[in-house]
Amino acid sequence: MSVAPAAGRLTEAPSDFTDEHVSASACPACLAAPSAEDLAKSGDIKGARLILSLPTAHCAVCISDVERALRRHPGVRSARVNLTLKRVSVDAEGTVGADDLIKTLDGIGYEAHELDPGLLSATETDRRGRDLLMRIGVSGFAMMNIMLLSISVWSGAEDATRDLFHWISAAIALPTVAFAGQPFFASAWTSLKAGRLGMDVPISLAIILASSISVFETMNHGHHAYFDAAVMLTFFLLVGRYLDYRTRAVARSAAEELAALEVPRATLLRDGAEVVVPVNELAPGDLIRVRPGARIPADGEVTEGTSETDRSLLTGESLPVYAGPGSKLNAGEVNLTGPLTLRVIAAGKDSALHRMADLVAMAESAKTRYTSLAERAARAYSPLVHILSFTAFGVWMWLTGGDLRFAINISAAVLIITCPCALGLAVPAVVTAASGKLFRKGLLIKDGTALERLAEVDTVVFDKTGTLTMGTPHPENLDALSTEEFGVAAALASGSSHPLARAIHDAAVAQALAIPLLEDIREVPGYGVEGRWNGQVVRLGRADWLGAEAGATTATHLRIGAALPVTIRFADQLRPGAAEAVSALSAQGKRVFLVSGDVEGAVSALAERLGIANWRAGALPQEKVALVNDLTAEGARVLMVGDGLNDTAALAAAHASISPASALDAARTASDIVLLGQDLAPVADALRVAVQARQRIKENFAISIVYNIVAVPIALIGLATPLAAALAMSTSSITVSLNSLRLK
Amino acid sequence: MGVIAFLIPISLILGGLGLLAFFWSVKARQYEDPKGDSERILSDEFDDHPKG
Repeated sequence: MSVAPAAGRLTEAPSDFTDEHVSASACPACLAAPSAEDLAKSGDIKGARLILSLPTAHCAVCISDVERALRRHPGVRSARVNLTLKRVSVDAEGTVGADDLIKTLDGIGYEAHELDPGLLSATETDRRGRDLLMRIGVSGFAMMNIMLLSISVWSGAEDATRDLFHWISAAIALPTVAFAGQPFFASAWTSLKAGRLGMDVPISLAIILASSISVFETMNHGHHAYFDAAVMLTFFLLVGRYLDYRTRAVARSAAEELAALEVPRATLLRDGAEVVVPVNELAPGDLIRVRPGARIPADGEVTEGTSETDRSLLTGESLPVYAGPGSKLNAGEVNLTGPLTLRVIAAGKDSALHRMADLVAMAESAKTRYTSLAERAARAYSPLVHILSFTAFGVWMWLTGGDLRFAINISAAVLIITCPCALGLAVPAVVTAASGKLFRKGLLIKDGTALERLAEVDTVVFDKTGTLTMGTPHPENLDALSTEEFGVAAALASGSSHPLARAIHDAAVAQALAIPLLEDIREVPGYGVEGRWNGQVVRLGRADWLGAEAGATTATHLRIGAALPVTIRFADQLRPGAAEAVSALSAQGKRVFLVSGDVEGAVSALAERLGIANWRAGALPQEKVALVNDLTAEGARVLMVGDGLNDTAALAAAHASISPASALDAARTASDIVLLGQDLAPVADALRVAVQARQRIKENFAISIVYNIVAVPIALIGLATPLAAALAMSTSSITVSLNSLRLK
Repeated sequence: MGVIAFLIPISLILGGLGLLAFFWSVKARQYEDPKGDSERILSDEFDDHPKG
């Protein structure tokens, strides 16, 4: 990952926390307005083209289920699932929002996330992919036809027939090379201009030299022409290039598009009127209004209103925190229950959020750039090939007393024989096979070298809230409640978007509980919900508000009339596959750490449940980075798995990093791999596949080297015929491809 | 040997037709979703009448 773009992304970090869109998670109802507004702004008459990611789709039934459900949705004109990319594109009226569709899909059991069609560079990337495919097609066609002619020559065509066949080959090969070889020529030219000797320089040189020498030989009625070699070289290398491109395009587009539609805006109170302004225009002293469900755009002190805020993504605390007049809040917290008015203390560069972004930028720049196996191979390969070829040319000039034609022939043969076909295919073929395998398991590789880095990992550091746990509370003792109490609690809970209330409501819906009708339901921000049931006042909320005793665990309380309050306790739910992932990692001999910003009790309980011996609670973001850096300094290769903003710096500092799709944009940007599904178990698989993939890459290099050791001396002493070149090239390419497919 | 005067052009033309067909399939975006296409065969949704 390069430093600059990531840092650039992070300087925009406040944008991720200000827009209404984020509120999707906290307040679905508030969402209709902003999405309609966005659509109106884009002014698309043809209707919105929405794109959703479908991480769990995998079969024919999924395709027809999803397409049918979406087509039935009012306002949807057409829907088409792309199973390869696990996406669905929807053509719909402007009134249809992505959230409606996500809800529809959720209803039939498919998880869906919105992708940003604006960020869809897909049209551009598709064009490049199709372009490469065309070139592969052309060179494949030419290769087959020339090979037919070449075989006749090799089997003994003589004189005029041979010349004719060579001329026909030239007529096919020259336009083909000129068209299909362009990607290599262009990239070789750029690297030469930059004063480097990339892999594409010897490739281009070999293609051009082989073609021009063959034309010269054909004109002089020579025996050997290398048209087939030139075209075959182009074909195999294009296949490698395409595989490489395809892997990266799939990963890049999906990762980019996961970025939600977030606009950095804040609601400013100016002379009593609400004005929407960009976040960077906020100054200390400004009064801003934060609706329930929205993220706080700048650090500030509450002047009016009471509410609770969710800090889990900032600090890892799983419990909402009370906020009333005088409380100091940080940018990035989510306002949960009541509207708040804040006086800005620090905005933009000075806010806590930005200090965090700076921390990430520092971690990024401290990390040395990883040199991939392919780069190391290319670095050794290019100079070696040039030296060999030029030495062969010089030696044969001297031996033959200045026979230019013969010496050039030899040096071209050397360039062709040392063909980087296998080298150009070795890495892309393995990476394609491995990332395809991981993609099917729900892991998206964002960075090309991520697999190699992942293979070296020996220590895994997990974040708690949102990573090992779902980050959402789950009521634990509902059995202790009578059906009546549960019903009342659920009815009250439906009046609030507080996470605890929503958890109760969801549990009631899941049990198909009959929810009684209440009167006068109203939310008292910061305290709870109140209503009237059968003439009695019923309340659900904080302990002190109901006269209940506050316990040590996360809990809410229910009081019906004058009866004693009932306590409903909550626990954070373990993410599915978390236990499997941790035990599989331990079985693989990796050290596992748990580091969280949450309180000690919650962290130690989870560590015990999962059997993690090394844990740390109450860790600040800086301490998380420090832990990763300390481990690295001890020589460990750390894999960081985290989702919050407080993990972002540690994600950037670690040797490799994974974040779930539910993670913050900044965290996903900083990590190498995104976990698309809910399940955490693929993390252990990823490490296993990565180790295997690195093994295959090394084997492929070994195969290429063995071929060269055999073939290069033959070329050097001048015994290489076009037949030998063709054989060496195709067998080595096919062996490496087959070897890559052995990946399990 | 005179027969190659026919055979070579014929082989080139046939190959060229294949190449044109390939161009068309790329342009028609038939390689966008290979996995989905292989699964769609199993769906009987549009067996009776084509998608309108």
